[in-house]
Amino acid sequence: MFSNFDLQQFLFGRLTLEAIPYHEPILLVTFIVVALGGIAILGAITWFGKWGYLWHEWFTSVDHKKIGIMYVVLAIVMLLRGFADAVMMITQKALAVGASEGYLPPHHYDQVFSAHGMIMIFFMAMPFVTGIMNYIMPLQIGARDVAFPFLNNFSFWMTAGGAVLTMMSLFVGEFSRATWLGFAPLSGAAYSPGVGVDYYIWGLQIAGVGTTLSGINLIATIVKMRAPGMTMMKLPVFCWTTLASNAIIVTIFPVLTATLALLALDRYVGTHFFTNDFGGNSMMYMNLIWIWGHPEVYVLILPAFGIFSEVTSTFCSKRLFGYTSMVYATMVIALVSWLVWLHHFFTMGAGPTVNAFFGIASMIISIPTGAKVFNWLFTMYRGKIRFETPFIWVVGFIPTFVIGGLTGVLLAVPPADFVVHNSLFLVAHFHNVIIGGVVFGLLAGVQYWFPKAFGYKLDPFWGKASFWCWLVGFWTVFGPLYVLGLMGVTRRTQHFDDPSVQPFLTVAAIGVFIIAAGILAFLIQLVVSYFRRESLRDVTGDPWDGRTLEWATSSPPPPYNFAFTPVVHDLDAWWDMKRRGADHPMEGFRPIHMPRNTGAGVVLAGLSTVLGFALVWYIWWLAALSFVALMAAAIIHTFNYDRDYYIPAEEVVRLENQRMAQLAGRA
Amino acid sequence: MQKPMRPTRQNADRRSGDFLRRKALHVLALLATAGLLAGCNMTVMFPSGDVAVQQRNLVVASVALMLLVVLPVIALTFIFAWRYRASNDDAPYDPEFHHSTQLEVVIWTVPLLIIIALGAMTWIGTHTLDPYRPLARIAPNKPVPPDVKPLTVEVVALDWKWLFIYPDYGIASLNEMAAPANVPISFKITSSSVYNTFFVPAMAGMIYAMPGMETKLHAVMNEEGTFNGLSAHYSGSGFSRMNFGFQSLSQQGFDEWIAKARSAGETLDRDAYLKLEKPSEEEPVRYYASVENGLYEAILGLCVAPGQMCISEMHHIDRTGGTTEGSEENRRRLDYDNRRLQSGDEPSGATFPASGRPPRSLEEPEGVMPRDQPGEDQGSPPQGTEPPRPEGGPAPPQLTPEPHPH
Repeated sequence: MFSNFDLQQFLFGRLTLEAIPYHEPILLVTFIVVALGGIAILGAITWFGKWGYLWHEWFTSVDHKKIGIMYVVLAIVMLLRGFADAVMMITQKALAVGASEGYLPPHHYDQVFSAHGMIMIFFMAMPFVTGIMNYIMPLQIGARDVAFPFLNNFSFWMTAGGAVLTMMSLFVGEFSRATWLGFAPLSGAAYSPGVGVDYYIWGLQIAGVGTTLSGINLIATIVKMRAPGMTMMKLPVFCWTTLASNAIIVTIFPVLTATLALLALDRYVGTHFFTNDFGGNSMMYMNLIWIWGHPEVYVLILPAFGIFSEVTSTFCSKRLFGYTSMVYATMVIALVSWLVWLHHFFTMGAGPTVNAFFGIASMIISIPTGAKVFNWLFTMYRGKIRFETPFIWVVGFIPTFVIGGLTGVLLAVPPADFVVHNSLFLVAHFHNVIIGGVVFGLLAGVQYWFPKAFGYKLDPFWGKASFWCWLVGFWTVFGPLYVLGLMGVTRRTQHFDDPSVQPFLTVAAIGVFIIAAGILAFLIQLVVSYFRRESLRDVTGDPWDGRTLEWATSSPPPPYNFAFTPVVHDLDAWWDMKRRGADHPMEGFRPIHMPRNTGAGVVLAGLSTVLGFALVWYIWWLAALSFVALMAAAIIHTFNYDRDYYIPAEEVVRLENQRMAQLAGRA
Repeated sequence: MQKPMRPTRQNADRRSGDFLRRKALHVLALLATAGLLAGCNMTVMFPSGDVAVQQRNLVVASVALMLLVVLPVIALTFIFAWRYRASNDDAPYDPEFHHSTQLEVVIWTVPLLIIIALGAMTWIGTHTLDPYRPLARIAPNKPVPPDVKPLTVEVVALDWKWLFIYPDYGIASLNEMAAPANVPISFKITSSSVYNTFFVPAMAGMIYAMPGMETKLHAVMNEEGTFNGLSAHYSGSGFSRMNFGFQSLSQQGFDEWIAKARSAGETLDRDAYLKLEKPSEEEPVRYYASVENGLYEAILGLCVAPGQMCISEMHHIDRTGGTTEGSEENRRRLDYDNRRLQSGDEPSGATFPASGRPPRSLEEPEGVMPRDQPGEDQGSPPQGTEPPRPEGGPAPPQLTPEPHPH
């Protein structure tokens, strides 16, 4: 019965030692450096005996503030990986013109651009946005935590697990060569056999679970846990954008999960959802993936808009202009974002009426977006503007983003799209809105809320240096790319025949190194600020003279955020309290009910990652085992009744007295 | 002590006037740069085919409409940021100014009006420039002459080259097509394995080439010359090299081109096509004097290989209720995507371990030229015109072992 039984294949599936690229010196060196670096970090943690601290204070924490910070840390690490991919891509393109081949052969280059897109969206932008929403939104609504703290922790670890699986593809096997969206039929088993697309699928499925649950969590928090008096129309604009963004998440991530599941069935089981033969419909994949893909970018940009609203109104010392209109604009943008996905494939031949409908719908989004831009401008109008580091990002963002929006509306005209679809013009457009909109917003958010999270401001010199490098670098890269697109140059090419593209690509490559300087300046800022933290210290909890409730707490806030849930009377609740001379209550503290830390999130996500790895490599016994263990761990966790505890009133008194002392000491 | 000067209208203008002057210089500089850039071959902006010209006009019109809003926004950003800076005591500070119905009406209405205008242009333009719609004109104010017969070209995107079949002439060509100028062309486009996009930037917009499906494009070239064509949808290892030449010729030149193809002697029958279909890149231009009858329909039906079931036959069986008899045979006959794996050719996007190569090794995928010996290619032996080699010549053949002189 088992005469053909191959023990090695049973134990390891299609995984062999060959999967580790020890033939390739560059990769081997990278692997060794990363391994040594990893061992050094793990060794240092062990040497300083910090495992207990990390486990109890961070990894098992269900505190939204800690989880938010971990999300942002993950995002920054993955930014470095995604950016390394970008540097490789642009230098290859700048070199590989005419007779020169560059240094990246096509099958390697294909993995680099596929990984770059996937990592930047799923493991940089999404966690960064989620981290900031996680940290700030509960504070802004006067809540003590999100609605489902354990789910929050679990969501983070699932995102991290997806990132780990994707990073593994660098050292064990290969990554997908089928672009960041895995278009069929190229991504099917017949045209992309091998582990690449499988790594892509399972990395996204694992991370997708985390994102979907996080979406549910944050919506429930906003809907159910606002402080008394905070009606929906007194919600800070950042919370409105959080609500809209998460509403989009819960509707679209199930589509992504289902689509990738269908692709996985095609690849693993031999179904024909998206193949060319047996009645498969590859156009269906295109539709499904973009039904996810278009609203996804609004998931990213809406919170960035929210950050800009908060930053603008704080640093102009003025209430945000047109609050009601901002809220409606946000919801209209979210609504229309579900109705425009076909603009990503106007050239697939849907017919003029369909194309025109989706084109016009896409253009309509520019109306509420324009309203938002004008509202920011009129917040600045007759304000008293302080050019602190967070605000300069706003001044850089508005001109940059509106040009990105202009090119977007251009692309929304189907016949115009026919000549620039999939070109470097398109690449310049989406980087224009993602970098100019999302990344600038996130970096502004970091500068703005870092003092809240850590108790000291970030060094302004390095912050401004980072901003200028990002702004100049961005335009140096993508200005030439706009021109190249209008020269008819398409995207995803590893080599160019026409020498006239080289000057533009060279300028773009220089730009990438300017952005690299910007990223370096940001990292230096973090380090320098840490060493200078005493001189940058803020003890008030309100270093910018803020307007929303997060500034009412100490920096960093106590674990319970608010000893007494604040009562809200107006928009810009904290500004209102300051104006009325609201007193900080100093007696009557009661024990505070808190959720307990748990390691279940780490365990479940770890098992999911093992499951993903086993599925990629066809190690069926390990897949079955980890799946069973996953189910068991989940069920066992439901029997964990030790989920909560109370912070004793004395502890609350102690922390609040400490806070009062800080405030008094400053006066 | 001097009272701080209240900003009169005059003073206010003077401050922002400086700024506006700087802004105007900026815009002039941009326009100058744009002028310079125009010299560098912006094909999309200066195309040679009427359809592309109309598309370009839409690009320009939409940019112009939007600049009506974008330029003031950019200007206001800098003006407001400068004027209302905290250190500027001359500017009024009005913290209660956070609502103005009048302003909101303007803010929502002006973009709405622009989008209505753009939307109307979009609706009309999208219908006029529908790639499936036969041309009504070959140039502005020049409708299609009634006696002109459109040229039909059947396009097949292969891995990683382009096959052009001329059904009216019974010839075909590889990686080069020709057409008479000012004659409307009717393209019928498909692909053999994965998506590509048929794109001649100077002529018209692009359209997807999809296996088992046919898309259409109607276009015309108004100038004679050689133009570049490419695929604009990533399709695997050889995607970057999927360029082809488009020769726009006089009627006589086109007839000569057809004659050249007819004298080439090669036949494009099913065998030749199946060999051609195997992955290869940088194929030299090749001509086929005759094309087997029904070849394009077979390509479209994914049934060129002998015994393969065409999609239309599959649909027919399904429409008549399906069948269980011979179902295993039918299944075997329908299997198309697996042909690469079955014949041992490397699929377009293969990764480890199915690629048969170590991860990210320098070993080239099948069908892709060895990078260190650009003179060699792994396709069929070159026939017909060689494409011009880039200046600089190929790298010296280090891999050819020379006998070591003792």
